[in-house]
Amino acid sequence: MPERPTTGQLVPRPPVIAPDYTPGSVTDAISEIVLKKPHTVPWLAAFAVTSLVVLGFLAGIGVLLFVGVGIWGINIPVAWGFAITNFVWWIGIGHAGTLISAILLLLHQEWRNSINRFAEAMTVFAVTCAALFPLLHLGRAWLFYWLIPYPNLMSLWPQFRSPLVLDVFAISTYFTISLLFWYLGLIPDFATLRDQATSRFQRIFYGIFAMGWRGAGRHWHHYQMGYLLLAGLATPLVVSVHSVVSIDFAYALLPGWHSSIFPPYFVAGAIYSGFAMVITLTIPLRKFYGLDGLVTDRHIDNMAKLLLATGLVVDYGYLMEMFTAWYSAERYEMFTLYNRMTGPYAAVFWLVLAINIGVLQLLWIRRVRRHLLSLFVLSLVIQSAMWLERYMIIITALHRDFLPRSWGMFAGTFWDWLLVIGSIGLFFWLFLLFVRYIPMISIFEGREMVHKAAREAGVR
Amino acid sequence: MPPMKDNRQEFWRALEPVEETAEFGGIDRREFARLIGASLAASGLAGCVRQPPEHILPYVDQPEGMVQDKPLYFATAVPLPGYAAGLLVKSVMGRPIKIEGNPRHPATLGRSDAFSQASLLGLYDPARRGAVLYRNRIDSWPSFLAAFTNALATQAVKRGAGLHILTETVISPALGDQLRQVLERFPEARWHQWEPVNRDNIRAGSLLAFGSYVHTIYDFSKAARILSLGSDFLLCGAYPSRYARDFASRRGGRVPPDQVNRLYAVETEYSSTGACADHRLPLRDREMENFARAVAQRVGVPGIAAPELSDPKQRKWAEVVAKDLLQHRGASIVIPGREQAPAVHALAHAMNHQLGAAGTTVIHTDPVEITPVDQLASLRELTDSLRAGRVDLLVILGGNPVYTAPADLGFADALARAQISVHLGQYADETATACTWHVPQTHYLEEWSDALAFDGTASIIQPLIDPLYGGKTAHEVAAAMLGMLDRPSREIVRDYWRRRSAAADFERFWREALYLGVVSGTALPPRTVAPVNLAERLPPPRPPAEEGYEVIFRPDPTVWDGRFASNGYLQELPKPVSKLTWDNAVLVSPATASRLGVYSYGTVDVELGGRTVRGTIWVQPGHADDSITLTLGYKQAANGSEGGSYNAYQLRTSKDLWSASGLRITKTGGDFMLACTQTHGALTERYPVRVGTVEDFRTNPDFAHQEPFEHAPPPGHTLYPPWKYEGYKWGMAVDLNACVGCNACVMACNTENNIAIVGREQVYKYREMHWLRVDRYYHGDAGNPRAFFQPLMCVHCELAPCEPVCPVAATLHTEEGLNAMVYNRCVGTRYCSNNCPYKVRRFNFLLYTDWHADSLALMRNPEVTPRSRGVMEKCTFCIQRIERARIEAKLENRRVRDGEVVTACQQACPTDAIVFGDLNDPSARVNRLKSSRLNYSLLGELNTRPRLTHLAKLVNFNRELGEEPIRLKPEERGA
Repeated sequence: MPERPTTGQLVPRPPVIAPDYTPGSVTDAISEIVLKKPHTVPWLAAFAVTSLVVLGFLAGIGVLLFVGVGIWGINIPVAWGFAITNFVWWIGIGHAGTLISAILLLLHQEWRNSINRFAEAMTVFAVTCAALFPLLHLGRAWLFYWLIPYPNLMSLWPQFRSPLVLDVFAISTYFTISLLFWYLGLIPDFATLRDQATSRFQRIFYGIFAMGWRGAGRHWHHYQMGYLLLAGLATPLVVSVHSVVSIDFAYALLPGWHSSIFPPYFVAGAIYSGFAMVITLTIPLRKFYGLDGLVTDRHIDNMAKLLLATGLVVDYGYLMEMFTAWYSAERYEMFTLYNRMTGPYAAVFWLVLAINIGVLQLLWIRRVRRHLLSLFVLSLVIQSAMWLERYMIIITALHRDFLPRSWGMFAGTFWDWLLVIGSIGLFFWLFLLFVRYIPMISIFEGREMVHKAAREAGVR
Repeated sequence: MPPMKDNRQEFWRALEPVEETAEFGGIDRREFARLIGASLAASGLAGCVRQPPEHILPYVDQPEGMVQDKPLYFATAVPLPGYAAGLLVKSVMGRPIKIEGNPRHPATLGRSDAFSQASLLGLYDPARRGAVLYRNRIDSWPSFLAAFTNALATQAVKRGAGLHILTETVISPALGDQLRQVLERFPEARWHQWEPVNRDNIRAGSLLAFGSYVHTIYDFSKAARILSLGSDFLLCGAYPSRYARDFASRRGGRVPPDQVNRLYAVETEYSSTGACADHRLPLRDREMENFARAVAQRVGVPGIAAPELSDPKQRKWAEVVAKDLLQHRGASIVIPGREQAPAVHALAHAMNHQLGAAGTTVIHTDPVEITPVDQLASLRELTDSLRAGRVDLLVILGGNPVYTAPADLGFADALARAQISVHLGQYADETATACTWHVPQTHYLEEWSDALAFDGTASIIQPLIDPLYGGKTAHEVAAAMLGMLDRPSREIVRDYWRRRSAAADFERFWREALYLGVVSGTALPPRTVAPVNLAERLPPPRPPAEEGYEVIFRPDPTVWDGRFASNGYLQELPKPVSKLTWDNAVLVSPATASRLGVYSYGTVDVELGGRTVRGTIWVQPGHADDSITLTLGYKQAANGSEGGSYNAYQLRTSKDLWSASGLRITKTGGDFMLACTQTHGALTERYPVRVGTVEDFRTNPDFAHQEPFEHAPPPGHTLYPPWKYEGYKWGMAVDLNACVGCNACVMACNTENNIAIVGREQVYKYREMHWLRVDRYYHGDAGNPRAFFQPLMCVHCELAPCEPVCPVAATLHTEEGLNAMVYNRCVGTRYCSNNCPYKVRRFNFLLYTDWHADSLALMRNPEVTPRSRGVMEKCTFCIQRIERARIEAKLENRRVRDGEVVTACQQACPTDAIVFGDLNDPSARVNRLKSSRLNYSLLGELNTRPRLTHLAKLVNFNRELGEEPIRLKPEERGA
């Protein structure tokens, strides 16, 4: 145990960047990964594996489009299955990125600067994966554009009362903003890379993406204004996107879905699973690329705390959902709860609770938060639990609804699982490309942190 | 079903006579085929493929009554197993596309049944064989005729000593007449009859009771008390739809309480009759006779020795039932099952006479069948002759005896010893393969013939289309035996009726018979018969029940004796009580299952008398203990090789045609996933079916709207002003008191709305496409639960939960209150189905509609779009029928009248359980039903405001049999 501070003394917080960094060394440390380091065997191996999985994913999509959604396990009553589970799961994961880049920026949480870049990349890739599923889940995927309000000769509009139309707006807005936000933040770094480039190809490649950035004062002025505005735009999205997604369920009259608690409950769940994903990505990246100076233990600790906080909100959601079911004294609601607890999918229910309520409490312990391997495993477990949670919400509400005659069962098929694994493969495939060809930590914000750290040290 | 590309030419043969007339003004054959092909493609495939060039050419001379797309109706009759049912067949542009009942026919009265409805697919079935086969190689009709004539010439010399004919039960007078002539020409020839589900026991019972074979007709419309001794008269009887109609006309809520009938069902398996019974007693088959004796004794049949019933419950039943029957003298019926022993039949006859039912509720006539015989004896005689090598020429007219003959007869081996065997049949089945010659038989919609109804009323069967697969009729083969080669059956049938009618103006008689669909005045007159002293003739009562397991054989409720096994519609039709599809199962009671250690879906070896079949267990609540039901008809060589079904004929011996003891069941340890459409069937406290007693209804007419059925007043609050339905306001009422679970509505809906068959595997995955389903709920003790049927299709909610969730507005409300589904617009999110509390929407998860089988394209109703992959579909309240009625009404500048729009399900329902109409018309029948206090909205508490409402079920309890709670015990609540 560290010594307790005496009263009136400020606790010296662990630094957000290792003290021995200079602006130059920050630039070198990050840019050399992209520009100078040769392809390593682990990277190549990982890339090969994920490429194979992506090929499997494409094959799964091909068969799906050619044969039909009947290759999945869905049926009547369970007309939604893995596709929607995956959709909600991926879009939830995306949330942490936006939270880190936008909300923590507005709240002046500087420690975010070390992790925001790859958290944003994670968002973009996760939303990409997420956006595929609502399209693939359509019986006639090639007509997806009918959900978009576009002028047509038949004067047909989408049904604006349908939450699925809101989904279209929510996801497309979210994807656009996330992509712009990510790219805007990258422009100064692309310029750095262009200037540090060792080959002509790199110079041209990064030069194009740098969009003529020269680091002039005007540039920085516009940049910061733009970045702040985008952060302002993205902030409500953190709340709204998953709220809209949750309305897909809350809008329906099915017991187990029809619940006003869903929007906040889903948002908390989204951020929770998103932070778990950030931790999953951070720990190995830090290790393999030797970035512990830039992504310090304090970052890890902060993220673990956020994970705990959002997890507790989710737990509150669970308890309130159960309470309202009981308090309503409504036979269908109560049966759905009862069926979740004791029915054929009870194992999923209890596993979700055991992890998200039980195992989560380990994060109260500082040693667990600081122990990288435990935290890494924990983050994986939590993500799986969050996938199962969505599965449980969707399947258990559908499989036994109002009339006993309609009751049925659901089980994922090979093709269902192929698309789950395939989308994970796609995510990591994109992420591997990202860490290799784009600076995974913001270079200029790293330099800023060095300055600030130096200033703070000087003041003190 | 594989596409029949090579048969493409065959279909056009259907139109050849038309083609050759002047009406087509010199279009050559090729051009014609191209035209038809193009128009078919354009009607079916529009929007899916690039449309082929289309030509519109007028007729030079318009055929009479032929208006493009305007349907024509032709009266004909379907020879069902048993007796014929009169039909009106809807034909569009020369293609029969829908079967409806003939209102003038006594067996249907305008309604129909699942078998008749599904027979349409039998016509277009791509699996029907089109070729004459000689030793299983394709040959031709002329070469068959040559060989046949040769063989007959040899027989003529021998006076037919080596000629044997095997038919099923013959109900065609013209064929009977021909066979009589054949026997005249070949005096020593023999005519045998065999049908696996035969009337031997009925005949034997009648001989026992009356000394002669009389036919018995029951009039349920006059019956106040009914005791069924193992009879499934509502579904598998001789003329089920008429019986169901008469029975349902006196159910609770439809007549004043004192006239409500009461049905006691005593049975081994759980039949739909048992499900409709007010009281049901599961009884082992071997106890049936003693029970019948006990009732007969108490009813007062003189001289009946009845062993004391050991089971107190049975004793009480016998007492109470006998008392109730006696209290309704002259208005009661005791009906024995076809499969019961002759003694049970005789006892039932004696009871009916004792109860004064003869002449009122029970009517005797001469037999309807042409030349009734003991079919088992007849088949045995044939087998013996075959084995003795006395058969030179065997002519099998219909049926599949190799498959259906009792296992111990060795019919298949014996058949091989016939010098020449000829099989006329629709399918290249086991018998076709075993015979020297196979001649494809026509479907009844392709042939001229005649057939008798249950009361002897004759109908002329007229063809709707030329033979699609070039078949021959039994008349043509019989004519060939008389030396009249290639004599058309139309002439044969006309000839017979010309002779029989002796009408001065035969043409007029003939036209009238065809127009009406019945030959007037052919119903058999009632006959008075007196029962002989039964006590002397009855065999001694059976010794007290033997130990061990018994097995009973029953015709399957969907494929019957196997004749419908090729019919995908019937295969996919859920069996009324078990709701199984595509397979027959080994049915056992829960208690027996636990004793045997078996469970549903587990495969077992069933051994009887040294023969073994492998089947799959299905635990059937309410089945009699220690008894196992096997149903006939599955696992035929042609279409039953896979699946979990078994061939019950392999265990069925001539000694024990309907029941046997000494059965052994061994678990194999394997499982087979039977495709069941309803895996959860407990009524639970949700009460989808609201039930009360006739007494409840009398004392508290509002019971259906009180606890425990309704917890809260239906919410009616909304912020929006309600929509005013100013024109029509379509609605439907379904009377649960009338529903007997016969599935006629389901099948009518299938054929009317081009509903796809999806197959066993897809049904197992809960993906069946039936728009209309009949739900079955159990209530009470698993040993003998009550069962309730509830037909359910889209209820067309006024506040439909499916509508606001569809992102592309593919499902929306019409101004007349229909919940419409726009297939073209559907992108397949399936959100509507998720949000449908009734789960009546069906999704095309895969490409279920068969776009490739040409013959199936001909079958489809041109007014209903076949659906493609990825699209949601559901009941439309037969919107095409509404529109047709609207057009008719508009032409006459008036509103659609009540009864003008008849949905397909309503049209088929034998008991009028389904009524559709305009709710804005105060005098409409549907409004009368909906104003009943029994009327309730299923899941009305969700404020969906369904346009389809149900009428609560009333059970006519007899308190003396003990108070049976209709409301759940507290411990049964919850789930």
